Amino acid sequence: MGKTLAEKVWDAHVVRSAEGEPDLLYIDLHLIHEVTSPQAFDGLRLAGRRVRRPDLTLATEDHNVPTVDWDKPIADPVSRTQVETLRKNAAEFGVRLHPLGDIEQGIVHVVGPQLGLTQPGMTIVCGDSHTSTHGAFGAIAFGIGTSEVEHVLATQTLTQAKPKTMAVTVNGSLPAGVTAKDLVLTLIAHTGTGGGQGYIVEYRGQAIEELSMEGRMTVCNMSIEWGAKAGLIAPDQTTFDYIEGKPEAPKGADWDAAVESWRTLVTDADAVFDKEIVLDATTMTPFVTWGTNPGQGVPLSAAVPSPEDYADEGDQLTTRKALEYMGLEAGTPMRDIHVDTVFVGSCTNGRIEDLRLAASVLKGRKVAENTRLLVVPGSVRVRLQAEAEGLDTVFTEAGGEWRGAGCSMCLGMNPDQLAPQERSASTSNRNFEGRQGKGGRTHLVSVPVAAATAVRGTLSSPADLEPVAAGSAKES
Amino acid sequence: MEKFTTHTGVGVPLRRTNVDTDQIIPAVYLKRVTRSGFEDGLFAAWRNDPDFVLNQPAYAAGSVLVAGPDFGTGSSREHAVWALQNYGFKVVISPRFADIFRGNSGKAGLLAAQVDEKVVQRLWEYLEANPGGQITVDLPARTVRAGEGADEIVDTFDIDDYTRWRLLEGLDDISITLGHDAEIATFEATRPAWKPVTQ
Repeated sequence: MGKTLAEKVWDAHVVRSAEGEPDLLYIDLHLIHEVTSPQAFDGLRLAGRRVRRPDLTLATEDHNVPTVDWDKPIADPVSRTQVETLRKNAAEFGVRLHPLGDIEQGIVHVVGPQLGLTQPGMTIVCGDSHTSTHGAFGAIAFGIGTSEVEHVLATQTLTQAKPKTMAVTVNGSLPAGVTAKDLVLTLIAHTGTGGGQGYIVEYRGQAIEELSMEGRMTVCNMSIEWGAKAGLIAPDQTTFDYIEGKPEAPKGADWDAAVESWRTLVTDADAVFDKEIVLDATTMTPFVTWGTNPGQGVPLSAAVPSPEDYADEGDQLTTRKALEYMGLEAGTPMRDIHVDTVFVGSCTNGRIEDLRLAASVLKGRKVAENTRLLVVPGSVRVRLQAEAEGLDTVFTEAGGEWRGAGCSMCLGMNPDQLAPQERSASTSNRNFEGRQGKGGRTHLVSVPVAAATAVRGTLSSPADLEPVAAGSAKES
Repeated sequence: MEKFTTHTGVGVPLRRTNVDTDQIIPAVYLKRVTRSGFEDGLFAAWRNDPDFVLNQPAYAAGSVLVAGPDFGTGSSREHAVWALQNYGFKVVISPRFADIFRGNSGKAGLLAAQVDEKVVQRLWEYLEANPGGQITVDLPARTVRAGEGADEIVDTFDIDDYTRWRLLEGLDDISITLGHDAEIATFEATRPAWKPVTQ
């Protein structure tokens, strides 16, 4: 019997396998940031251990950093200490670091791919659950806790029980205006937040193959939101074209050897998945969340559900609590919900393609009164590219704020936070209670929906917008 | 890591499903560079509510948390485990844990005991009827026990063999792996030359 893609990548990294023990898995790339690493480095120091492979380790500052005044010392002393701790640790243990102010700084899951460090067939870990993003390249990539960060630093391996495999096949093409984000939000609403638990998921089918690398990263990024261990996509020409020429991509004869190896990274025709889900892309529409977990979503054209829509008593209670927290009435059309803040950014939707898409909607338009638009590029490189293309001007002329790179309002760890009861439409990945600031209310949306919502001030898609009046848009 | 064998302590009924890591400890509390002091952030938003279970004196000294399914979903922050431990919890009982949370618990020495949903329901009812009531969690026997006489609740819980063994022995994962150093070196020698390096 053949192997699935996930099994091929897994098996190629098993250092040691013994009956009754989890596998010992070799890690090709370990990404590090300031929040989940200080205690791991402390552990190494206490035990007198070194970093086994600093040359397979990369650190950046993203979670905690400000997106304004990034050339000045961090104002919050506790945040500053955490960032300075990473700098000290990187220097002491010989780890390459891209700090705030460096041209390669940014969200760790944007930085890895843009440097060309994320490649097919690798094992990639980071003390961050959205490490699944890197699966878009056909890598097994997953988030780990700080004890495991320490384990990888010390040994370049992890002990891991081999997960089951699942196929999510998305047939047909996505309709125009429907994005990878809508696809994955539709999937999560279908499976619930625990549906992927215990599985490495392979996304496949026509709709997945037709996605750009940015779109594939958006899908894989949110694998964790339905509980999957990891999500990955078989590498193809789209993948190779994206990697070729990146700073850390293989060159010359190495490139040819790498591509030859990568072409074998497909699920064999006779391989069997432990579970399969099939979805139809052609029926998908812009999709938004109404509740307090990523599975609580509906099409933008639908209304806020009612607790009575659910048969299960637990679901009724969960729905009631979510509606209460979100300040929503059952039956309200989603399009009638007023939004205070629109956030475009994060490791889910903070790449250059996302910013181009947002700018294409906002060009010649204005952000609604009483609505604020925050655009936060995923990395310094993305910021500079956007500025070279004039996208920043589109955002600021529309009345939006153009910021520096980082995780920002996705998790509200830096000053970019929602106030209590403030409502956001956010291109990020989690709508948990208080995620974007204590008492804040989050609706997860795609980039076009975010941009259109900024213009109308209520949840909207670009199709809801008046055409831009002739002459109001600057020629470019 | 301390060895874990049997623990008896006050049970805390947390009648919630999908208790995500942002509820266990919000991101703004993750700025410490130590493994201690995170108890302040534990369930930070809910603890403002005077009716929240941990604000009731009978449960305040709890050490066994009993929660609904999908506990610990979301972020990989091990701070969620530390916050529970720093507060005084030794065990979390739930019908289903998120993978990363369960892994982090095993590494840090918090016992994540997975039980049938019906057991959680019965424990909730028992603990609400008997505030301050205790639960005994026996790792060698893989059982949870509460109440007595006709009302006694005894059932088994699931935990993988390897994690159970490590908790019972109080073993440090890294020491075990470093014992396989030669195998790691052998594997490293077979890696293709074109695999990327950061320096």
